[in-house]
Amino acid sequence: MSVLVNKNTKVLVQGFTGKNGTFHSEQAIAYGTKVVGGVTPGKGGSQHLGLPVFNTMNEAVRETQADASVIYVPAPFVLDSAVEAIDAGVALIVIITEGVPTLDMLKVKRYAESSGSRIIGPNCPGIITPGECKIGIMPGHIHLPGKIGIVSRSGTLTYEAVAQTTKLGLGQSTCIGIGGDPIPGTSHIDSLKLFQEDPQTEAIIMIGEIGGTAEEEAAEYVKSHVTKPVVGYIAGVTAPAGKRMGHAGAIISGGKGTAEEKFAAFEKAGIAYTRSPAELGTTMLELLKSKGMI
Amino acid sequence: MNLHEYQAKELLARYGLRVQTGVLATSGHEAADAYDKLGGKFAVVKAQVHAGGRGKAGGVKVVKSRDEAREVAESLIGKNLVTYQTDANGQPVNSVYVSEDLYPVSRELYLGAVVDRSSRRVTFMASTEGGVEIEKVAHDTPEKILKVVVDPLVGLQPCHAREVAFQLGLSGEQIANFVKMMLGAYQAFVENDFALFEINPLAVRENGELVCVDAKINLDSNALFRHADLLALRDKSQENERELKASEHDLNYVALEGNIGCMVNGAGLAMATMDIIKLYGGQPANFLDVGGGATKARVIEAFKLILADSNVKAVLINIFGGIVRCDMIAEAIIDAVKEVNVTVPVVVRLEGNNAELGSKLLKESGLALIPAEGLADAAQKVVATLK
Repeated sequence: MSVLVNKNTKVLVQGFTGKNGTFHSEQAIAYGTKVVGGVTPGKGGSQHLGLPVFNTMNEAVRETQADASVIYVPAPFVLDSAVEAIDAGVALIVIITEGVPTLDMLKVKRYAESSGSRIIGPNCPGIITPGECKIGIMPGHIHLPGKIGIVSRSGTLTYEAVAQTTKLGLGQSTCIGIGGDPIPGTSHIDSLKLFQEDPQTEAIIMIGEIGGTAEEEAAEYVKSHVTKPVVGYIAGVTAPAGKRMGHAGAIISGGKGTAEEKFAAFEKAGIAYTRSPAELGTTMLELLKSKGMI
Repeated sequence: MNLHEYQAKELLARYGLRVQTGVLATSGHEAADAYDKLGGKFAVVKAQVHAGGRGKAGGVKVVKSRDEAREVAESLIGKNLVTYQTDANGQPVNSVYVSEDLYPVSRELYLGAVVDRSSRRVTFMASTEGGVEIEKVAHDTPEKILKVVVDPLVGLQPCHAREVAFQLGLSGEQIANFVKMMLGAYQAFVENDFALFEINPLAVRENGELVCVDAKINLDSNALFRHADLLALRDKSQENERELKASEHDLNYVALEGNIGCMVNGAGLAMATMDIIKLYGGQPANFLDVGGGATKARVIEAFKLILADSNVKAVLINIFGGIVRCDMIAEAIIDAVKEVNVTVPVVVRLEGNNAELGSKLLKESGLALIPAEGLADAAQKVVATLK
């Protein structure tokens, strides 16, 4: 088991024939992901990377029975692509693109809520179940099939957590990069819920950063709903207020959204946390040992 | 991206909001003429800077004559205004907005809206406690903040605005005026991709009229591709010079006050790198995300930015080479160090693809590059170079 994606997941690529779509599809196919084709309007009927290209998502889903799609189209076209995927009934839609207008995401999220599709991203590395299915831009080779569920707002910090848990032999069940934007399609809480229900996931690493209150809400959720061990980390202790730190969502505004508030929420919820990004893996290892889980 | 008060008012006026009128002046002479043009007994001269707290900082003054308007304008223009929202240098004042006098007013209200992250909706806030810092009202007396969460499916409807109007204690014609104002503000919000807007205070005049006395608009930078008209309003003089330079090279840079320069790929890892430097007793000089493809050209630009800060005494490069090969990144770093003539110690941590080969290249380069293994080792090493 794992969450959301596995070796049977059939993936369509939106923006398939573009530079990013091509490069990352090659990587995903090499990793063993079941990429079943892609969509580029006007190029339907042709082949790309040995796979069929379709004009529309409706046609692509009908022909391939895909259950996931990944969006690489430029930011101005993401709303359109996401709506097209939702209308085609795709269950899981992963938006990699950075720079999507917030009000567009607000619409996508609202539309997805009434349709039952799940959105991951935007501005994220994607989702991977090691050894089975890689949807997105993360480096596959650092992963190891295993027992830790990882959820993070940051791509490269996910890779840190992955590399550290791989080195310690813990491995990962599934890693969800929820992205650095203010309105993520899937939240920390959504991911925690999935990991709690997944038998393969024995423990969870949750990585947050400054801005918003998603980590505080997630801490509350852990306290009341999550029985599995959780390790938390927050980036941005040294970030100044009022400055956007790279990610659209990483900003302390009106004195809210500081790393200290988030660490305090972890503390209150009894979540094991570390202040060192170098100790994500070892903190988890110690926690599992203390619980007699290894 | 932020707008100046006068730009925000012009924009809101186009959506039918009654705003305090004014004339923009870039010199004392223009301010004096503006005073005459407004024709009132009093006028208000307001420094146009991208920061709140102007009033307390001396950036907003009431004047009673043409000469006084000129004097006040001359005392403000060309200087920097330091408010509680700016850094110690303040923001440069290049213009003032000479505005009509609206006082006395009977009440000062607050109306604002943001994209609320928790509810994932555009959310309006209104309060009877206008004219003061709304964060303080929200903190001390949260019951005095009225909220309307707007479902994008139907948008803001008059019923929502009426509800707020009644709760604010408005009556008679004020109700219809307020509803028109709030609906106009919502329209302006969604059509122009606002991230935040605030009217504080929203004055209720003695004649019952509702007027926006101050206006603040923050735009979603990700949406500027579809608002060429708004992009044209960008005032680069209000932005940090190095941050501006960085943005021209597609680098994300934020200046801090320490002495260890940072060059990292990925925003989260860049923040974490700053944090771990602090954890090991150092002080980061900046946030810098070089992005996924740390090519030679980008690394060169990044070095130039970091070293333009004379406080920088050492540099930590932290790259997680996911799909990019670390030996290629190492070569880019070596070339950049040679080209930019870096003289401070540089600690480099490469992780991921071909990391060992990358470290070997750094060692053999003959340059003052210190390879590190892992994040903690890198932070310790860079802090140690300053001892």
